[in-house]
Amino acid sequence: MAGAQGGIARGLGRAYGDAAIGAKQTFQISALDRVRAFDATTGLLTAEAGLSLAELIAVFLPLGFFPPVVPGTKQVTLGGAVAADVHGKNHHRDGGFGDHVESLLIATSGGELVRLSPAMDPELFLATIGGMGLTGTIVEVTLRLRRVETGWIRRQTLVARNITAALAALDAADTAQYSVAWIDTVANGADLGRSLIFQGEHASLADLDGPASRARFPVTGSRLFSVPCNLPAWTLNRWSVGAFNAAYFRSGASQARNARLMPAVSYFFPLDRIGAWNRVYGKRGLVQHQSVIPIETAPTALPEMLSLVARRGDASFLTVLKKLGPGRGLMSFPLPGYTLALDFAMKPGLLAFLDDLDRIVVAAGGRIYLAKDSRQSRATFEASYRALPRFRTAKNSLDPHGRIASRLSQRLGI
Amino acid sequence: MDKGTNGKTILVLGGTSDIGRATARHFAARGWRIQLAGRDPEALQRDADDIASRSRVAVTVHAFDVLDSTAMAPFIDGLPLLPDIVVCVVGLHGNQARAQSDLDHATAILRSNFEGPALILGLFAEHFARRGSGMIVGVTSVAGDRGRASNYVYGSAKAGFSAYLSGLRNRLAKQDIHVITVKPGFVRTRMTDGMKLPGPLTAAPEEVASAIWRAADRKSDQIYVRRIWAVIMLGIRAIPEAIFKRLSI
Repeated sequence: MAGAQGGIARGLGRAYGDAAIGAKQTFQISALDRVRAFDATTGLLTAEAGLSLAELIAVFLPLGFFPPVVPGTKQVTLGGAVAADVHGKNHHRDGGFGDHVESLLIATSGGELVRLSPAMDPELFLATIGGMGLTGTIVEVTLRLRRVETGWIRRQTLVARNITAALAALDAADTAQYSVAWIDTVANGADLGRSLIFQGEHASLADLDGPASRARFPVTGSRLFSVPCNLPAWTLNRWSVGAFNAAYFRSGASQARNARLMPAVSYFFPLDRIGAWNRVYGKRGLVQHQSVIPIETAPTALPEMLSLVARRGDASFLTVLKKLGPGRGLMSFPLPGYTLALDFAMKPGLLAFLDDLDRIVVAAGGRIYLAKDSRQSRATFEASYRALPRFRTAKNSLDPHGRIASRLSQRLGI
Repeated sequence: MDKGTNGKTILVLGGTSDIGRATARHFAARGWRIQLAGRDPEALQRDADDIASRSRVAVTVHAFDVLDSTAMAPFIDGLPLLPDIVVCVVGLHGNQARAQSDLDHATAILRSNFEGPALILGLFAEHFARRGSGMIVGVTSVAGDRGRASNYVYGSAKAGFSAYLSGLRNRLAKQDIHVITVKPGFVRTRMTDGMKLPGPLTAAPEEVASAIWRAADRKSDQIYVRRIWAVIMLGIRAIPEAIFKRLSI
């Protein structure tokens, strides 16, 4: 990267790609983790941007408050959650993380502290929500926490025999606060896209029974195990993943309809319970392809993508389909549609295959999630993030000399 | 220990340091009331607000300068109450090369790491002895275990502080006042920012905090935060001086 200049803030480094790697410098902000103010009557929290959701939950869940939106891991900072405008299993109802942010304090590249809010300067505020940290370093976040009666989730499992049924089930599950589908990416033919849909609701105090009634606010889930070393590259193949998926589908289907109480942290962050899970993908690591496909085009585009994936047979067992609503920020990933997240162990030929998937996504009017991206082309990006010119104008006014730059922003020419 | 106030108070000298902050948080989360002392009341207040909103315990802030020995007695008298535990995490790493010729800088290192911490803890020892209870925790350094070319100004001050703590412990053991010597090894803090630190030997400030908590609970005399450091320093101390002087470690 000769001549590269500029830097970017980094929180807990959970972005899958190059979003939190500076063009030249990277600023670790995770020590900026102070709670500045909390109002227990309104749930309004102001905290420094390095505070992690894990800490936030440990401190505020026992008081009856939960983050309004959580991604698949709690090892993310508030700053990162705002920068990527992360979404959760409730996006269809509650929007993304950025939808619950009331104001932000950012440090511009000129060294000024600027407070941003929708009332004061909507354009700069909306550029910063989902702006991948490129408008300025997020220093403080003010957001409204959700009041919860317990730290438990009532989970219900629905079964969908194929992708059409899965989309219909996700639509029907709109009424649930949380919903997410796990998809079997190896099943093909009539079973293409067979899924388990996990709905969830915050349990009320009256819902608690059995062991759950002994701890109203369970803050931690136990760690199941750690993956001790990188597994060999051939670990994930059509047969191993196929066998796992078939067993998982059967066991999920057998529990269908029975509501089950589980600690919120176990419901939302299953991967956090497995240490170093990324080692399953071997030394070369994984590449995730997370796209969103608009509602109108999904019934044709999603089966098309899934049959390409099923033909390869090596997508991991962690494939997730979720319904999204509109995104708030200029560069926010969500749009009304369905998001499909596919994990692959890195291997020769994979990148060309993902370009094929990108073509379907772009043709369908969808886009790729920047927080997970490490490889999409500028053409894909520019064709799908339509507010890019507006974003560039906003960034320019806060960072006229382009001193804030990540590898991602360089790669995509943001 | 459970959440909710337990009525006990801990004073952290060097409250805005990373280890001080982590220690205060750790005790606050277990119901201890917190007194934060340091040079910058504004910065202390930010940390106090943080701790109070996280743990809902009382947190007070107190101006304190470890180099101002005349203000030490009034500082202790000015505390709202004499704490049950005092932890001193004050320290200045400084720059060894500069300290070799800049005597003011060398003096600042020596005084910040030895004289100041020793004097204030000695004064607390008097108060604790008079009351008949109390615990003193001094955060010193593995650098004090043997003088090395790369940081002997800092290291010798820490060696002095370690010896002082050892003597204090020896004296106060008869009066049931406990003294703990904490040697953290490498810790990822502002003090070590920019240094290349070996991962397995490097602790997070939170690890130091929970080690201090454990040591206070068990009434340990001396702890290395990561056990491996006890082994390393045993080895380093065992090297004969004739050989050691030719090494660069």
